[in-house]
Amino acid sequence: MSIDPSLARRRFLFGAGALGASAVLVGCTSNESGADQPQQVAQGGGDNAAKGKQVTIGFSAPAADHGWIAAITKNAQAQAEAFEDVTFKATEGTNDVNQQISQVETLINEKVDVLVILPHDGKALTATGQAAMDAGIPVINLDRIFDTPLAYRTWIGGDNYRMGVNAGNYIAEQMKAKGVSNPVIGEVAGIDSLPLTQERSKGFKDALAKAGLQVGPRVSASFTVETGEQVTTNLLQGASKLDALWNHDDDQGVGVLAAITAANRSEFIMVGGAGSKAAMDHIKADNTVLKATVLYNPSMASSAVSLARLLGQAKGMGDLAEHEIPSSITTYSAVVTKENVDDYLDVGFS
Amino acid sequence: MSGLANEPSTRGDVSEKSPSTVEESVQTGPTKGVRTPSGLRLDIRLTILIGVLAALCAVGYILSPETFLGESNISIMLRLAAAIGVVSVGMTFVIISGGIDLSVGSMVALASVWMTTLATQEYGLFVMVICALAVGLGAGLINGVLISYGKVVPFIATLAMYASARGLAERLSGRQTQTVSEQGFLEFFRGDVLGIPVLIWMLALVFAVGWVVLNRTTFGRRTFAVGGNAEAARLAGINVRLHTALVYGIAGLCCGIAAIMVVARTTSGSSTNGMFYELDAIAAVVIGGTLLSGGRGTLIGTLIGVLIFTVVNSIFTQNNLDTATQNIAKGVIIVAAVLLQTASARTRKTAKT
Repeated sequence: MSIDPSLARRRFLFGAGALGASAVLVGCTSNESGADQPQQVAQGGGDNAAKGKQVTIGFSAPAADHGWIAAITKNAQAQAEAFEDVTFKATEGTNDVNQQISQVETLINEKVDVLVILPHDGKALTATGQAAMDAGIPVINLDRIFDTPLAYRTWIGGDNYRMGVNAGNYIAEQMKAKGVSNPVIGEVAGIDSLPLTQERSKGFKDALAKAGLQVGPRVSASFTVETGEQVTTNLLQGASKLDALWNHDDDQGVGVLAAITAANRSEFIMVGGAGSKAAMDHIKADNTVLKATVLYNPSMASSAVSLARLLGQAKGMGDLAEHEIPSSITTYSAVVTKENVDDYLDVGFS
Repeated sequence: MSGLANEPSTRGDVSEKSPSTVEESVQTGPTKGVRTPSGLRLDIRLTILIGVLAALCAVGYILSPETFLGESNISIMLRLAAAIGVVSVGMTFVIISGGIDLSVGSMVALASVWMTTLATQEYGLFVMVICALAVGLGAGLINGVLISYGKVVPFIATLAMYASARGLAERLSGRQTQTVSEQGFLEFFRGDVLGIPVLIWMLALVFAVGWVVLNRTTFGRRTFAVGGNAEAARLAGINVRLHTALVYGIAGLCCGIAAIMVVARTTSGSSTNGMFYELDAIAAVVIGGTLLSGGRGTLIGTLIGVLIFTVVNSIFTQNNLDTATQNIAKGVIIVAAVLLQTASARTRKTAKT
């Protein structure tokens, strides 16, 4: 409630906008995805913004030891505070699944109306998600997906493959615009054994291949500043000339940029990932090699809380013809560049 | 309270009960005031611990009166405490014997991964359970042999196991989370017996067996003796090396049991299981009044130590407080509990002299 309401609305606006339903909160008349419907369904966007039945939302996420997770928790909290009719019960887990299970169990025991869960490990929390559903509490599964749809009512999360695709497309475009014929394109990945990293890399490779390009030197860090710095130093050492570089994660990107500065290199363009505030500031100032970042935005937590509220009030999403909240929502990995960065600064996480 | 006073936590107590004159001579070291009725001092330690636990429960009850002491919340707390509680039993043995085990969390991870590989799961419930126990026991015995026969100090030997057991777990699982598809396992370990979750039964059983072994068997008394003064124990005819190896084996076995519990709770095995269990277990043991230098300690104290942390955890969860604050509180509790105990011990001493 302490938040400037216009700001909260704006944050949510993007979250929902990314879903192609930008008018859940605002009393808006646009009708994008439901455009084919000759008649608007009863539950319009205006109704959803109005104060409704009181809803208690339970929230559980892993420990905020990474900028992205910290932003997830903050966004969820802020979004809940923006609604008068939401009571928010947040538990901040550790990276011990055992403990997160007991926290979700506590929330079930307290009989919250809806649960929003970002599991530390989707597989390990599946049985607990299912227990909540069995207890009649709908679960919004945030990002890291449960093993079975039986464990959630709705999943909302990011699109790792498209992150790679959009990063690849942007780099291909830039190379074409600059007229670089045989560009050397580097990649700083995240933890290689994670499926999300594999998906990102595959998308990147596929998009470049479509443009007749390929990934050159590739290293993997582990989402921390320190490792980002280390592996990039090695990569730059090995590649005397680069034309472009994609770094999967803006948190580790702080280290990547540090390594680039230390090596005194500026002959290439760099694209980031996730969309941190720091990365966006660099893009806006245009004073580093970082020219763009592809989103994997923690604003999805804001959207998840909004969805939870609507579920609790038995409402659908205003702009969709469906009476019910969809069972799966994938956010879009937009490319943020100097041209559009102002539109995205509000979702940049620090 | 008189029942608690019977807990032979100090060497004096042990010697009072010990039927063996050989061990008695070991335990009546000159430095410790064996002749003081140490049961009394124990009483005070335990009273303080129980007081802290009761006070925390009261705080929890005041903050969330509808749910905190409800049956389901108690079940939630005990099921959370189960795995760490079992690990702490093994840790109590190790610390009483004068050692330390930093590898417990990694051994839990390794056992949880090994028992959930597809190859193990094919053989069903019993093989999974035996596999976890064997892996835990095996890793623990490796620790023990390195320490007792290889003369590697416990800190280093278990530090090596801390790194390599988790590494092996990562290698075995390919850093993937391995889901349990064996329904028999899930049905049994996630189920109830007489209305009480199996995990809680297991916790109770491990504590009961641990208590009997520590306080009512020669093995237990030897553990105290080895921890109190290894050289004296050796001179008294105790095979200190073998005994030390076995104590680490017990710690490993407890990790195997804890792995079964974690797998039951998460329906999966993962190399990330058991992170920081070593710290939680050591904290619980120390809060429980076990001397870090060995020779003295109680399992009841350890149990209360585990429960104190669990209750704190529950209070924080129910009142939406963040992990950072919780960690600070944990630190304060550890220091406060130990200070209170030493202060009370000092008062007793001065009162007597």
